[in-house]
Amino acid sequence: MENKHKKIDYAKWGYLFILPFFVSFFIFSFIPLVDTIRYSFFEYYRSGIKEVGPNFIGLENYISLLGSDMLKYAGNTMILWIIGFIPQIVIALVLAEWFVDARLKIHGSQFFKVVIYLPNLIMASAFAMLFFTMFSTNGPINSILQSLGWIRQPIDFLGSVFGTRSLVGLMNFLMWFGNSTIMLMAAIMGISPDIFEAAELDGCNSIQRFFYITLPQIRPILAYTLITSIIGGLQMFDVPQILTNGQGTPDRTSMTLIMFLNSHLKSKNYGMAGALSVYLFVVSGILCFIVYRMTNNDDPDGSKAAAKKAKKQRRA
Amino acid sequence: MKSKGPSHLRSIFAHIVLVILSFMCLFFFYILFVNATRSHADLQKGFSALPGNYFLENLKNVANDGTFPMFRGIINSLVVSGCSAAICTYFSALTAYGLYAYNFKCKKVAFTFIMAILVMPTQVTAMGFLRLVTNMGMYDSLLPLIIPSIASPAVFYFMYSYLQSSLPLSLVEAARIDGSGEFRTFNQIVIPIMKPAIAVQAIFTFVGSWNNYFVPALVIQSKDKMTVPILIATLRGADYMNFDMGKIYTMILVAIVPIILVYLFLSKYIIAGVTLGGVKE
Repeated sequence: MENKHKKIDYAKWGYLFILPFFVSFFIFSFIPLVDTIRYSFFEYYRSGIKEVGPNFIGLENYISLLGSDMLKYAGNTMILWIIGFIPQIVIALVLAEWFVDARLKIHGSQFFKVVIYLPNLIMASAFAMLFFTMFSTNGPINSILQSLGWIRQPIDFLGSVFGTRSLVGLMNFLMWFGNSTIMLMAAIMGISPDIFEAAELDGCNSIQRFFYITLPQIRPILAYTLITSIIGGLQMFDVPQILTNGQGTPDRTSMTLIMFLNSHLKSKNYGMAGALSVYLFVVSGILCFIVYRMTNNDDPDGSKAAAKKAKKQRRA
Repeated sequence: MKSKGPSHLRSIFAHIVLVILSFMCLFFFYILFVNATRSHADLQKGFSALPGNYFLENLKNVANDGTFPMFRGIINSLVVSGCSAAICTYFSALTAYGLYAYNFKCKKVAFTFIMAILVMPTQVTAMGFLRLVTNMGMYDSLLPLIIPSIASPAVFYFMYSYLQSSLPLSLVEAARIDGSGEFRTFNQIVIPIMKPAIAVQAIFTFVGSWNNYFVPALVIQSKDKMTVPILIATLRGADYMNFDMGKIYTMILVAIVPIILVYLFLSKYIIAGVTLGGVKE
C-alpha cells in the first residue's frame, strides 16, 4: 500500500473524495445514534394525543425493559434464527462440497446454483405474504394435502407456535442456503488442490476428506458466515412481521426484537425505543468487532497461525 | 477402481437432493404463478396445477385498485432503488478511490472506521433517524430512502478491494503528467476501469433497496409515496378475507417479477458477485 510517489500535494483531493461518505454517515447515522442514546435516558412517549416528557429519568427505561418481555423476544429471535440457520449451514456445506467434487460430475450445476440462489433476491415481505396466503386454512397447501388424502381437516399452520416458527425458519432457510452454498463453495475452491490430491493418494474417502480436510480448511469463512448470520438474525423483521401482521402470533411467540422496536417506534414511545436500540447496538457492536478482526488482520484465512501451530507441535 | 461404484451412487444421491431442493425453491413461485392466472371463484374450488386464463383480468383489477396503488408503488420503488444504486456505487467508488490513491494524515483512521461499521445494522439508529428526518422536513418523502445510501461501508469495501487488484497507481500518475485534473481522472479513467465492480454492486444495491421494508415503513405515510414492500404489508394488514384472492396473488407476483427478470438476465454476474464482496481471499 505504501506509495513510492510523493502525494503530499494531492492530500486535499483525498479528503475531498471521502468527504461525501463521511458527511452522509455523520448526518444520517451518527446524529441519529447520538439522539437515540440520549433519549434512552428520558421518559418520552405519547399516550393518545398527549406527549409526555422528555424528562430525564436515568436508567429507568433500561431497567423496565429488562422487566418487560424483551428477554422473551430475544429468545424468540434466537429460536427463529436457529431453526433456519442449522439446516441452512448443513445443507450449504454438503452442497458446496458436492459442487466442487469433480468425481460426482454434477450435471447442470450452473442451473442448480441459479435456482437455489433465487429466493435470496425475492422481496422478503412479498415472500412472507405468499407463505401467509399459501399456508392459510383455505390456501393451496391445505388444498393439496387434502386432495392427496393425507389430511382430513385443514391444518391451521399459523395458529400454532410450532407451525408459525417452522414457517419462519423454512423461509429463512430457503432465502439463505443458496447464498451460504456459494460462499462456502468459493472457500472450498480456495483450498490448494495438492492437499486433496495427497489425501486421495493416501486412500482418504470422501467422508474423511470432508471432516479432516475441507472443514478445518474453511473454518475462517465458516466462522464469518456464522457471525454475519447472527447479525442478520438479530435484525430479523420482514418475514415474521408480515407473516403475523406485526402481532407475533400466536401469543407473541414469534415476536422478534426488531418487531418490538418497530412497535415502540410506531407508537412514538421514544424513550423505550431508544433504550432497546442501545441494547441492540451493544450486542451488534460486539459482533461487528469480531467481523472487523476477521476481515482486517494480516492473516485472514488463519494459514499463518496454523503454520505457527504446526511448527510448535513439530518442536514439541 | 474400487471407488467407482460408491462414487456413482453418491452422484445419483447428490442429483436427487439437488432436484428436491430446486423443487422447493421453485414450487412456491409456481403456485404463485398458477394462482395469479385464476379467478377468485376458480381459486375457491381448490388447487389446480395448471394455469388458468384469468391473468389479464387480474392484472387489470390490480391496476385499477385505488386502495393499493401497486403500479404507483412500483414506480416509486424503481425511483428509490435506481437512484440509490446510482449514488451508492458512485460515491462508494469515489470514497474507495480517495482512500486508495491518495496519502493523507487521516487515511488510516478513516479506513479503520469504515471497516468497524461494516456490518452495523441500520435498525439501531432507526429511532434517531426517524426524528432527524421529521425535523429536516423530509418525513413522508422518498429522499431519506435515497440519500443515506451515499455511505455504504460494504459497497465501499468491495470497491476498495477491486481497486487494489485492478488499478495500478502508475496509470493515475500518467494521467497527471498528461495534465488531467484529479476529478477528471476519476470520472474518465478510474470509473471505466471499475465498471465490472460498479455493475455488480449496482445490482445488489438495487435489489436490497427494492426489498427494503423496515425504514420505508417508518418514513412513508401517504399512499401515493408507498414503495412495494409497504403496500404488501398494508395488504396483509387489511381485512384480508373479503378480498379477491386472484388479485392478491397477482399483486405478489407483480412485486417480485421485476427482480426475477433482472436475475434471469444477470444471474451469472450476480452469482459471481456474491463471493467477491465477502471475505478477503
